[in-house]
Amino acid sequence: MTKLHPKIPSGPLESKWDRHRFSEKLVSPNNKRKLTVIVVGTGLAGASAASTLGQLGYQVECFCFQDSPRRAHSIAAQGGINAAKNYQDDGDSVGRLFYDTIKGGDFRSREANVYRLAQVSTQIIDQCVALGIPFAREYGGQLANRSFGGVQVSRTFYCRGQTGQQLLLGAYSALCWQIEQGQVTMHPRTEMLDLIVADGQARGIVVRDLVTGRLSVHTAHVVVLATGGYSNVYYLSTNASGCNVTATYRAWKQGAVFANPCFTQIHPTAIPPGDASQAKLTLMSESLRNDGRLWVPVTAADRRSPGDIPDAERDYFLERRYPRFGNLAPRDIASRAVKAVCDEGRGVGPSGYGVYLDFTGVIEQQGFDVVRERYGNLFEMYHRITGEDAYHSPMRIYPAPHYTMGGLWVDYNLMSSIPGLFVIGEANFADHGANRLGASSLMQGLADGYFILPYTIGHYVATATLPPVAEDHAESRAALHRVTSRITRLLSAKGRRTAASFHREVGRLLWNHCGMSRHEAGLKTALTSIPTLREEFWKDVMVPGSGDAFNQELEYAGRVADYLEFAELLCHDALHRQESCGAHFREEYQTDDGEPKRDDARFAHVAAWEYRNGAAPILHKEPLTFEFVQPTMRSYQ
Amino acid sequence: MNFTVRIWRQKGPNERGGLVTYEAHDVNPGMSFLEMLDGVNQRLLGNGEEPVAFEQDCREGICGSCSLVIDGIPHGPDRGITTCQLYMRRFPDGATITIEPWRAKAFPIIKDLVVDRSALDRVMQAGGYISVNTGGAVDGNVLLIGKDQAETAMDAASCIGCGACVAACKNASATLFVAAKVSHLAVLPQGKPERTRRVSAMLEAMDREGFGSCGNQYECEAVCPKSISVRFIANLNREYLRAGIVESGIPSEPESPHAETT
Repeated sequence: MTKLHPKIPSGPLESKWDRHRFSEKLVSPNNKRKLTVIVVGTGLAGASAASTLGQLGYQVECFCFQDSPRRAHSIAAQGGINAAKNYQDDGDSVGRLFYDTIKGGDFRSREANVYRLAQVSTQIIDQCVALGIPFAREYGGQLANRSFGGVQVSRTFYCRGQTGQQLLLGAYSALCWQIEQGQVTMHPRTEMLDLIVADGQARGIVVRDLVTGRLSVHTAHVVVLATGGYSNVYYLSTNASGCNVTATYRAWKQGAVFANPCFTQIHPTAIPPGDASQAKLTLMSESLRNDGRLWVPVTAADRRSPGDIPDAERDYFLERRYPRFGNLAPRDIASRAVKAVCDEGRGVGPSGYGVYLDFTGVIEQQGFDVVRERYGNLFEMYHRITGEDAYHSPMRIYPAPHYTMGGLWVDYNLMSSIPGLFVIGEANFADHGANRLGASSLMQGLADGYFILPYTIGHYVATATLPPVAEDHAESRAALHRVTSRITRLLSAKGRRTAASFHREVGRLLWNHCGMSRHEAGLKTALTSIPTLREEFWKDVMVPGSGDAFNQELEYAGRVADYLEFAELLCHDALHRQESCGAHFREEYQTDDGEPKRDDARFAHVAAWEYRNGAAPILHKEPLTFEFVQPTMRSYQ
Repeated sequence: MNFTVRIWRQKGPNERGGLVTYEAHDVNPGMSFLEMLDGVNQRLLGNGEEPVAFEQDCREGICGSCSLVIDGIPHGPDRGITTCQLYMRRFPDGATITIEPWRAKAFPIIKDLVVDRSALDRVMQAGGYISVNTGGAVDGNVLLIGKDQAETAMDAASCIGCGACVAACKNASATLFVAAKVSHLAVLPQGKPERTRRVSAMLEAMDREGFGSCGNQYECEAVCPKSISVRFIANLNREYLRAGIVESGIPSEPESPHAETT
């Protein structure tokens, strides 16, 4: 049975990372040339890691399923990236960013990891500026900042509403440089479909060329997964439609343990869902909550148009419930508050699933132009999608699955429970605990890729024994066989239902029973329904065409098949965690006024699940100990 | 709403393609153009036919995947948006809509509406970067960058690499794409050390990949989903001219007329 060693260095928090880096073994430059690293995924974490490893001298083989590495989903992040620069001199520091992040995560993350993240945050900004990222500037030429949810300082750096795009294009340009230098070989339109574990070490992957359909084996000394999160398991989410759980899920089935899968972030401000044809939910950046006020009518089923409802008959529910943070309450809290008022029948819009996000106040105080400069592109986007003008009537928003804090378990070195398999960015579980604060995912992706993994990977290859693994090694052949037989099975079902119809069904099941709030009976229902649905999928799915050609329906069906298994793991985890913390809200565990009740005595641990063929997964607990901060009831009131 | 859609179908790169007509029924005006196509595909699947291959990913106008020529215009009739941001309320009920792929020598068709745009990546690899190692960067505020300068760089940097500019150009030129990257980096102090090499290398790569040259017709700007201005092309030309002057630098040793040639 797998044993989990988090490998957290001892000693004072502030110097753990420095001392750890010093004690790590190094690899000499001429030996790096002989080492091959596979990096799967080219988002912020993958692209920054691949380019940095290339600069260090490793031979990097980099894979993405998109047609270009620049299209990874990090591109869509809108709001910004946090860093403890304290340029505003408003009381920020590494310590405060650390504390905000660990508190924001409801004390379900490791102190040492989060402190390191806060430490390297400042380097990230400097690195990005050096790469030519056009951050917003003040008239005097200094970097500008904005505020984000869950914190009381202004530490978020941004490029209009396209911060993710600019940071990704920066990392992509560094990757282009390394491709030109011959250090990185890029394999676009290539999807990882299985992991090769030889003699207990991750040594390669099986991939499918999405244009020709050809399957091939790639072996290496180390494998890095930077394959993002799994919000699309809910079908409707803010993620790009290509985002999927397949890479991490297949690694799980090869023995990498999966941590805290039930920590899924539901973002409060997305455009409400429309009809059944809808394929995605569009996020409205959290930065809107800097100036927008959330409200619903005081009385249920009030069908008046928003302008006709006087102030006294409006309930600014976040300001009422959380006066200290008001509209900038953290995401999990804001989302639940929105759900609560809608469940009371006070929701607005045709479906009743929506609340107003109102800019009247700020427009009156500061004028149209200021609002247009700050949020113009978001207002435009809202107008295009809904046909409504948010300058004149409030936006309507509703929560949507957005980010997953859970992911493959990694130790302090970002290595999974399989030696030689490193996991970075959203794909791992490490830094955000039970809830991620806004503008922290870009920070974590780049911290892992630019500044942490390049160090820790060196120590691993310097100390591990890595015998050559041939492309026709028994384990490679076995992995190739697993992939081939799955594809054959998908193509030969020849049923009547499309993969999308199964995806929609499992998504609805999860949203209802394992979404914004969960309870035991619902989770048990989901756990009995999912296997039935899965059985039906394999009997009745329809995948046209063949496996040896460009076949988008086949790619999609393979991903849906994995959601149908992964959904079960998510529910197991949510059922096990008999407490409410962060994004995980169990209805049985709440205070009289509806606030979550955390249970540190029983659940101050990482729940890490090990795969067992044909049986329920095994739970491992990594205890979370807090030496430097005192877990408190997380209050934003 | 109901529509008739004529869609370019082509089995593979070397096959003959053609327009095939399909009906799109019960379309809600609030549906996006791609959701309408999803509907067409679900029905094709229901009839046991192969769905239409097209590219899409983020569906919010930033990843640059979607790439449809709609009634002859890349990304459709509205300015400043991608295909995925186009909504069906924009079309009159009962309309016939023709959908084709990007057409350019440098973008070979893979299948149906999907083309290979890796040529743009290779142009970027030729010089669309700042060669700076990770680590050791100076503090972000050491080099002050005026707000106007930062905003200009951002205007150029907002390119999503979709290739609509190429698809709209009768020369299938990628000049606006190259101009955006060259200008973004040339405006910022961090990009200055390599600006001379960058502009030449990227333009050479553009030629090598089979893109045409700029004909000053501005179709690229008209279809650009990020409304990137052609003034960046003027800037590219200045950068190129400057490179020609700067590159000559100190003249190299004149070749001796008596040197033996081999």
